[in-house]
Amino acid sequence: MVNQQETVSVSIWRGDEAGEFESYTVPLIAEQTILDLLTSIQRNIDPSLSYRFACRVGMCGSCAMQVNGKPRWTCRTLVRKVVRDNELRLEPLPNLPVVKDLVVDMETFFDKWQDAKGRFEPGDSVVREFSPITPDDPERKLADEAIECINCGCCYAACDVVAANGDYLGPAALNRAWSLVNDARDDAHIERLRAVSGDGGCQNCHTNAQCFARCPLQLNPTKSIAGLKKKAAMAMLRGKL
Amino acid sequence: MRANYDKKEYWASFAQRWSGVVLALFLPAHFMVLSLSLQGEQALDGFLHWADTPLVKIAEAGLVVLLTIHLLGGFRILLIEFLSWGEWQSWMITVTAGGAFACGCLFLLRAF
Amino acid sequence: MKASLTMKLWLIQRLSGMLLGLFVVIHLVTMIVTIQGGVTAREMLDHTSGNWLVGAFYSVFAIAAAVHGSIGLRTVAQEVVGWRGGSLNVVIGGFCILLSVLGLSAVKGLVL
Repeated sequence: MVNQQETVSVSIWRGDEAGEFESYTVPLIAEQTILDLLTSIQRNIDPSLSYRFACRVGMCGSCAMQVNGKPRWTCRTLVRKVVRDNELRLEPLPNLPVVKDLVVDMETFFDKWQDAKGRFEPGDSVVREFSPITPDDPERKLADEAIECINCGCCYAACDVVAANGDYLGPAALNRAWSLVNDARDDAHIERLRAVSGDGGCQNCHTNAQCFARCPLQLNPTKSIAGLKKKAAMAMLRGKL
Repeated sequence: MRANYDKKEYWASFAQRWSGVVLALFLPAHFMVLSLSLQGEQALDGFLHWADTPLVKIAEAGLVVLLTIHLLGGFRILLIEFLSWGEWQSWMITVTAGGAFACGCLFLLRAF
Repeated sequence: MKASLTMKLWLIQRLSGMLLGLFVVIHLVTMIVTIQGGVTAREMLDHTSGNWLVGAFYSVFAIAAAVHGSIGLRTVAQEVVGWRGGSLNVVIGGFCILLSVLGLSAVKGLVL
């Protein structure tokens, strides 16, 4: 259903870091997502527009970008919900180098994931005893709260500390580290606590909770990071770090 | 970031940082004034007499407000970091703002 | 200890914060109660002169405040101004010493 009267003026970032905004006028279509809008611009107006997406149903996290100043998934954001005075501004995610237009280089984001030891470490020896993780296990619940992250980068883009401190590992990497620190099967708890307590570690978080505010899955990296701080501090005071 | 101006937690953080900066920069002055006592009672009384004006008392109340914001905000951070994050943290931001205002008022009532 | 500088400073910041939390509550309550009717040097010195408890309390308070404030300012300098490295640590260390000396001299003036 196309409303012939209403249009939206969309400002889109074009080029790299030294680029600029370009304006496109498109009809305001009911129930259209930002991703739909971008695709229609690329197909009908400007084929040189670059942007990322994959699943288009809120499962992969590829389509994250800055919509009217806030990081969102474009496939799950309705145009009518964010448009203001018939205007829309689309930019690449902040805190990451711009490749072209709305596409950013995610390499640092994933490097920091590894730096925080955001991967499961099974240990070398043969498993002799299985961890009896019951459904009401409190540590498992903490891990489950944090585990649904799909690495979209919205939290990283929203974080003021990431913006101010290039070494800071960031909310996503630390949130994953927290889910693993609470995984009874993992064999690298101390190494992981060390990894998240370096100069770019969890102690840099100022509890601004911008990550929590912007996560499309309502995950809470602020809570995870607070948990890491406490665990790391206890380990340090016990001489285990 | 500007995008987060709609969240209480952003402002809690902002207030914690900048109240801290003001207090840290005020402290040397505070200590130097009190050090006038080293020069004797008259020297200290000289300053206290100068400070006995409504404007100074209001400024002092402002400092009390900043100190209380930083204190209660600090309690909130310590609770989040050494217990855990909970629903109550948001309520504590309100307590911080309210408590600081109340403390400032109390100071003013006593100072005038 | 293998802990990074960031980790150590964070822990010192939180521990000094806990101490200051207690001290500031005591200080605020004391000030709000005692400032009624104005403050004179004589009144202050009557309470503090020769009082070893006051001396000990405010000495620890001053040093905790100096440490806590310095670490806080260091973070602000790094994140807001982008100042990093050895020169920042030297300046912050200097500020901490300055504040401690000023604080202790104030205590000396009031107690000794």
